[in-house]
Amino acid sequence: MLKPVMFLLGAAALIALPHGLSFSQQEILVFLVINILLVMSYRLLTLTGEWSLGHVVIMGVGAYASALMTKNLGVPVPVGMILGGVTAALLAVLLSFPLFRMKGFYFLIGSFAAGEIIRLIWKRFREPFGGARGISGIDPMPDFSLGFYSFDFFEPVSYYYFAGTIVAVCLWVLWRIEKSPVGLTFHAVHWQDKLAQASGVNLRAYRTLAFAIASGFAGIAGALQAHYVGTVNPNSFDIEVMVFVLTWAIVGGTTTFYGPILGCVLLTVINEVVLRGMGFEQARPLFYGAIMILSILFLPNGLESIVQKILPRKATAKPDRKAAA
Amino acid sequence: MTDFLEMRGLTMRFGGLMAVDGLSFKVAHGSIHGLIGPNGAGKTTTFNMISGFYTPTSGQILLRGEDISGLAMHEVARRGVVRTFQHSTLFAELTVLENALVGTHMPFRPNIFAAIIGWDREDRRGAAARAREALEFFGLGDLAEERAGDLSHGHQRALGLAVAYASHPDVMLLDEPFTGMNPEETRQMMELMRRLKADGITILLVEHDMQAIMGLCDTITCMSFGKFLAEGGPADIRHHPAVIEAYLGGARHVA
Repeated sequence: MLKPVMFLLGAAALIALPHGLSFSQQEILVFLVINILLVMSYRLLTLTGEWSLGHVVIMGVGAYASALMTKNLGVPVPVGMILGGVTAALLAVLLSFPLFRMKGFYFLIGSFAAGEIIRLIWKRFREPFGGARGISGIDPMPDFSLGFYSFDFFEPVSYYYFAGTIVAVCLWVLWRIEKSPVGLTFHAVHWQDKLAQASGVNLRAYRTLAFAIASGFAGIAGALQAHYVGTVNPNSFDIEVMVFVLTWAIVGGTTTFYGPILGCVLLTVINEVVLRGMGFEQARPLFYGAIMILSILFLPNGLESIVQKILPRKATAKPDRKAAA
Repeated sequence: MTDFLEMRGLTMRFGGLMAVDGLSFKVAHGSIHGLIGPNGAGKTTTFNMISGFYTPTSGQILLRGEDISGLAMHEVARRGVVRTFQHSTLFAELTVLENALVGTHMPFRPNIFAAIIGWDREDRRGAAARAREALEFFGLGDLAEERAGDLSHGHQRALGLAVAYASHPDVMLLDEPFTGMNPEETRQMMELMRRLKADGITILLVEHDMQAIMGLCDTITCMSFGKFLAEGGPADIRHHPAVIEAYLGGARHVA
């Protein structure tokens, strides 16, 4: 009975959270929510053991696709967001043909190259991608009312609720996938791909599936960001942002579901409160680099390992099975 | 007993090295078939060709008359030929039960959409039941929640077989299952293999432990330097002059 109570309390806290914050902090909260979806979608790919450097560009694909479809084709914004995710997933399936000829380190470099190619295409072709300046004047999410609450998307609080709901649904789907036999197969592909294959697992298909799902959710994150900010340009999806995502994932840890969320929240809070507070914001890459090195040296299993030490392990708390046997 | 799995002129060449040269033999349905030979005879290479790990340079592998040579490993597995690995190759980070659940991948194919909505309860229950059954068969039922990497060597070996068994195979290819086992563990493992055979599973086995081979196999094929040397029952092979020469060394092979 404790679980639903905790859940409701948590949800209430998340709903109340923005009202104690300043306007700029509320804006940061919106980005934080979007970044959580980004890093969590990245985690699904890492379940199969592959680390990509093109994930942020894939997020950009979702952003560009949704922006172009709503602007040029008159697609409604919510539909555009979903189509942005679909576009990113389809592109991932296409990219999987060259990329999954490689594994491990080679895949990492290959994904970086693929990402840069996409970014250069955005820069080179002014029509329809807008060149280096990108696309501006992207339609915002239209306001609507649910009766008890009216969404006014010039207010960050409203967009926080909207994006938060979508991200919560996406995280629920990711959770369901991971806890399913499909998720177990992802783990199997990661730990012993040969044994998995001998058990009848089509390795290519499962790697592609993980890559496509991760890319789809990254695309939705990108679309959420595009319709909030109102502009997209190639430089907002460059390797620097990718390094932030990597840092969140590594500092948080990727073996548990909550690890990357911890990393993303904690580093964003530190960044905004400490660095911005001290007027030190330009030093963010320096700061992230130092945190990453320190974390690899002193906390190789990430922040989640601290949580695991504090909370009792579930595996030890199962006396009922022995009683039955 | 009918011809079930047949190798025809199987050849594997690595650059200038002829690892397996024109090997032909037949495995009868429901039998335990041993593949022996001195080190470097090409037994493991043959295994890797049958399981789809290597594509033969030439020759055919016929399963129920269908040519399966050159198919990917998971395609071979889906036709009922499942292999184990020489060392304790397991999902060390996963629990014993999860290892066996991966083995049920083929009979209970996961579906991602059903999994998200929750329409795969029946499949999950079936897979869990099959995984438990496989673990019980190999005496691992009490260890289901342990981490596979923490098991003893003998248990890890048994788990490797349980993962293969969970997929309802027709043929199990066992690569040196007795390596590093003490006599008691070997005896237990032999008993398990007899039970697999009684279950209707055909077993093809590469092994160095002669006692196990002689005590277990219906038919034994002996290879030497990549070539077929002799075939017959344990009694024939034990006294076959060519086999004795290959193992103990004769004038012909001394370099």
